[in-house]
Amino acid sequence: MAKYKMHVLVCGGTGCKASASDSIIEKFKSELTAKGLDNEVQVILTGCFGFCEKGPIVKVLPDNTFYTQVKPEDVAEIVAEHLVKGRKVNRLLYVDPKSNEHVSDSKHMGFYRKQIRIALRNCGFINPENIDEYIARDGYYAIGKVLKEYTPAQTIDIIKKSGLRGRGGGGFPTGLKWEIASKNAADQKYVVCNADEGDPGAFMDRSVLEGDPHSVLEAMAICGYCIGATKGVIYIRAEYPLAITRLKIAIDQAREYGLLGKDIMGSGFDFDITLRYGAGAFVCGEETSLIHSMEGLRGEPTNKPPFPAESGYLGKPTNVNNVETFASVPVIILKGAEWFASIGTEKSKGTKVFALAGKINNVGLIEVPMGTTLREVIFEIGGGIKNGKKFKAAQTGGPSGGCLTEKHLDTPIDFDNLIAAGSMMGSGGMIVMDEDDCMVSIAKFFLDFTVEESCGKCAPCRIGNKRLYEILERITNGEGTMEELERLRNLSLVIKDTSLCGLGQTSPNPVLSTMDNFYHEYLAHVNDKKCPAGQCKSLMQYVIEPEACVGCTACARNCPVNAITGERKKPHVIDTAICIKCGACIEKCKFNAISIK
Amino acid sequence: METIKLTIDNKPVEVPAGTSVYQAAKNLGIDIPVLCYMNLHDLGIENKPAGCRICVVEVEGRRNLAPSCSTTCANGMVVKTHSTRVINARRTVMELILSDHPKDCLTCPKSGNCDLQDMAVKMGVRNIPGQAYAEMSTYKTDFSPSIIRDMDKCIMCRRCETMCNDFQTVGALSGVNRGFSAVVAPAFEQDLEKSPCTYCGQCVAVCPTGALTEVDHTPKVIRALADPTKTVLVQTAPAVRAALGEEFGLEAGTSVTGKMVAALRQIGFDYIFDTDFAADLTIMEEGTELLTRLGKHLSGDKDVKLPILTSCCPGWVGFFEHNYSDMLDVPSTAKSPQQMFGAIAKSYFAEKLGKKREELVVISVMPCLAKKYECQRDEFKVDGNPDVDFSISTRELAHLIKEFNINFNELADEDFDRPMGESTGASVIFGATGGVIEAATRTAYEIHTGKKLEKVDFHELRGMEGIRSATIDFNGLPINIGIAHGLGNARKLLDQVRAGKTNYHAIEIMACPGGCIGGGGQPLHHGDTSVLKARTKAIYSEDTNKVIRKSHENPYIIKLYEEFLGKPMSHKAHELLHTHYFDKSSKDIFI
Repeated sequence: MAKYKMHVLVCGGTGCKASASDSIIEKFKSELTAKGLDNEVQVILTGCFGFCEKGPIVKVLPDNTFYTQVKPEDVAEIVAEHLVKGRKVNRLLYVDPKSNEHVSDSKHMGFYRKQIRIALRNCGFINPENIDEYIARDGYYAIGKVLKEYTPAQTIDIIKKSGLRGRGGGGFPTGLKWEIASKNAADQKYVVCNADEGDPGAFMDRSVLEGDPHSVLEAMAICGYCIGATKGVIYIRAEYPLAITRLKIAIDQAREYGLLGKDIMGSGFDFDITLRYGAGAFVCGEETSLIHSMEGLRGEPTNKPPFPAESGYLGKPTNVNNVETFASVPVIILKGAEWFASIGTEKSKGTKVFALAGKINNVGLIEVPMGTTLREVIFEIGGGIKNGKKFKAAQTGGPSGGCLTEKHLDTPIDFDNLIAAGSMMGSGGMIVMDEDDCMVSIAKFFLDFTVEESCGKCAPCRIGNKRLYEILERITNGEGTMEELERLRNLSLVIKDTSLCGLGQTSPNPVLSTMDNFYHEYLAHVNDKKCPAGQCKSLMQYVIEPEACVGCTACARNCPVNAITGERKKPHVIDTAICIKCGACIEKCKFNAISIK
Repeated sequence: METIKLTIDNKPVEVPAGTSVYQAAKNLGIDIPVLCYMNLHDLGIENKPAGCRICVVEVEGRRNLAPSCSTTCANGMVVKTHSTRVINARRTVMELILSDHPKDCLTCPKSGNCDLQDMAVKMGVRNIPGQAYAEMSTYKTDFSPSIIRDMDKCIMCRRCETMCNDFQTVGALSGVNRGFSAVVAPAFEQDLEKSPCTYCGQCVAVCPTGALTEVDHTPKVIRALADPTKTVLVQTAPAVRAALGEEFGLEAGTSVTGKMVAALRQIGFDYIFDTDFAADLTIMEEGTELLTRLGKHLSGDKDVKLPILTSCCPGWVGFFEHNYSDMLDVPSTAKSPQQMFGAIAKSYFAEKLGKKREELVVISVMPCLAKKYECQRDEFKVDGNPDVDFSISTRELAHLIKEFNINFNELADEDFDRPMGESTGASVIFGATGGVIEAATRTAYEIHTGKKLEKVDFHELRGMEGIRSATIDFNGLPINIGIAHGLGNARKLLDQVRAGKTNYHAIEIMACPGGCIGGGGQPLHHGDTSVLKARTKAIYSEDTNKVIRKSHENPYIIKLYEEFLGKPMSHKAHELLHTHYFDKSSKDIFI
């Protein structure tokens, strides 16, 4: 086997792939071959590094140099300068926005400094399509240890003691869930991995599956051993082609190595995994819906109990865990429950992966210990708000979460604190909003998603969310009344209280939490018919300041609906009854004479 | 049996383990309102999708409200069914449901008989906030030969789906689309006519709103009655008389044969005949066919298919045409009584009247919606003129009687007209599951053995069990009989026949629960299956009260053969009284 002196890691996550990381790899290989270095430097395609804002990412080992926004045409220079001459290519290094200095080692970057990577431990480090690399990182050692040293009950005990809670949103204690499934006797049981990640902007699970698929396979086998299941199914959305491809490769390789299939490691334990594709319904992330979808039925929830642990897939006891939950399991087995429990807060142990999105400088994927504050996440890891604007709120928990505001910035993030703050952990989406965002519109935006994604089975979710949306639309159009504001709250509370599944029970959260935290914005829309953030078109008026207008006629000539009149060299006027608020006049005015009021 | 103790509205109650909160409350005399929930206990059908959320209750210690229909009682549970929180939630949800429901109650065919309307009355909903700008979900109305689907009125209770899929195993209906557009429909939102629907009407029988209704033919009836150039005949099916009284407030199980005849005469039909007459005729043909096939079988003829399956139920015929197209030669070729009646009326009786068939209008009153479709089938037409012009349901007849200002309950009993109004006890029991085969047994026994049947009641063939079997001794020859009602049960039986695992000689199948008495065109039972049992009882007592109880002893049937048909299975009988079946298995779902 060749021994390489240096390694070039190129991100092969979906985002970087879309920015030509494939041809970056090709370029590296051909350059290295041309220079006769192909036996000295190994080029590896890895999973996501997380710092998607600055992708495609290329990392050079052993010196840990972190190149950002690399293009195929940069490769020749990296090879010639860095790999041959040992001189880093400064222009491709990350620039710290505060100090304005180049940071070469990712460990010293604000984005990575506070992160602890457990679920993402191998993402951006190993080649996900090569089982040997996973094994080299102690992969499949945990299942070996479990099969040789522990009984199922002992293993469950380790998971219980670790304090691991479900990462899919509910936060149910994983060990307890396994224990319940293990106690239900049946001729066949199932382990299901929920990879139907559906929150807008969230890609935690996708990154794990693309970057470290074996960790999930290994954990599912461990779970199978614990609950007495011989069959595992990964329910993954069909919109994740890369993750599917890598999972298929991983399953084949694991079977070839005897790590899946009959008599794993000579222990007598059988376990195999198949894939099932979801068609992209958000509600199928709910476990009963997911199971119905797997069975070929309409993806809609049923009342619990019975819980899947009693009667799940094909009526058999089934344990459903999320991708990130599974990805944390092998490490817990290897490093021990105490180690995992030492990270995090009292009731939320370990780490959590978040997908940072919205008006934040460092969009990407991060993993932080439970208990990290929102301030640390947004201002240190996330690099603060884009364009120096003011932070307004962060939406956590996806479309059915709530928003956290300035007063929550120093709250340690964990399952219980988020609920207390009127939001939830969810699967880990975090969307940051700045002063320009109208919170009524934000609530409307998220509700639009849940209206679309409701399965339609129960009346409060099917009809109620639609009615909430209609009221929000009236408010943002300036037609809302105080009575409707009251109804908005009551309806939200009833929908939460009466809906059948988690989707409806949480869908009004964005409305309630924006009403709780930004009620003045609602009042401004309803009473003053004004949108404080200037986002709601219906409530805006375009006005020409007569003092500033020189009468150049540029605005009038560009108005598509002829709403602007005025004589040459005299101040113009906008007829607000005709104006469609397209903004063309502002764009054309060279004298800043037009403003929105 | 383990029992559970809990408290509901401060009252302690003890129930068997597994009981729902809804049922436990009911035991205490607390009626929690339900909308989607339906429990047809006698038929083993329970619909509890927990989708309407009207039946929510407060359970101490639980975060959100619980649907009482599908929440199981637990020890120590403290339940409140009318706390402020519950009442507010229930009313708000009701307002939501109504906000997406058309407000055309005045003209809705379901008005006055609608579960949703009743619930709105019960809750005293007086206005629907935000209705002025509330968008409504709209769908195209689907007109099939029997059933109209006006899905704007669907509240997604899924009762129809449970009947169609779980009970009937027809699979024509399921939830489609999502969110606000979610609705119950055939696959790809095709028309019902393009689905494997059998028109059994069980979906209509359980729909709590006006979303699923029958095609109303009463205007056509009124037009025919008003046409001086037409002679209008009406025939009434056996099960109608056992249920019609319910529409006029009479107790379920009241037989109203005489009043029904009087009402029909008052409405103005020229001849009031009885489908029972044709049922006797069916027995002559089908019984003879059975004996012929049996005789050939016993003499070793390998080409003869046994068991013979009854074919009087059009829902069942549709079902095997769709699902058992490989077995089209197994059912009897005898037409249903409705169609035999039409064929004889427009030939034999028309001749007697000296009229052309086009001058006759034959109307049937049926407990059934599939009959509407059946009489429109092309093979039951002569030069485009149908043997039976249209079929109305028991419910439609009730409307007609009311519209014609007839005080039904005050009517004095009257008799059917002759010749086609005469019938035997054997034909009346066609209306209940097991009845057709019992009637056939009475006749076939006497023809086969040449002996008089002393005991005409075959209790072993009666009952409400979904699949039944019995062996009848034909003077030393054991005849194995199978019976199924409900198409799901039929499927189980048919699958055994297809696999060659049975030794039945004859099988009776009825599509609807309880047979025709539980048909899709009957007065709505609103979930009370004791109604079906009462109707069955009425049917059998009608039989007991008849003088003649065997089909082959009906004097007008004997006369019909003498004057017109010759003998059963004759060439003429074949031409008029027998049919053939079509392969309707959908090979291409996109057709």
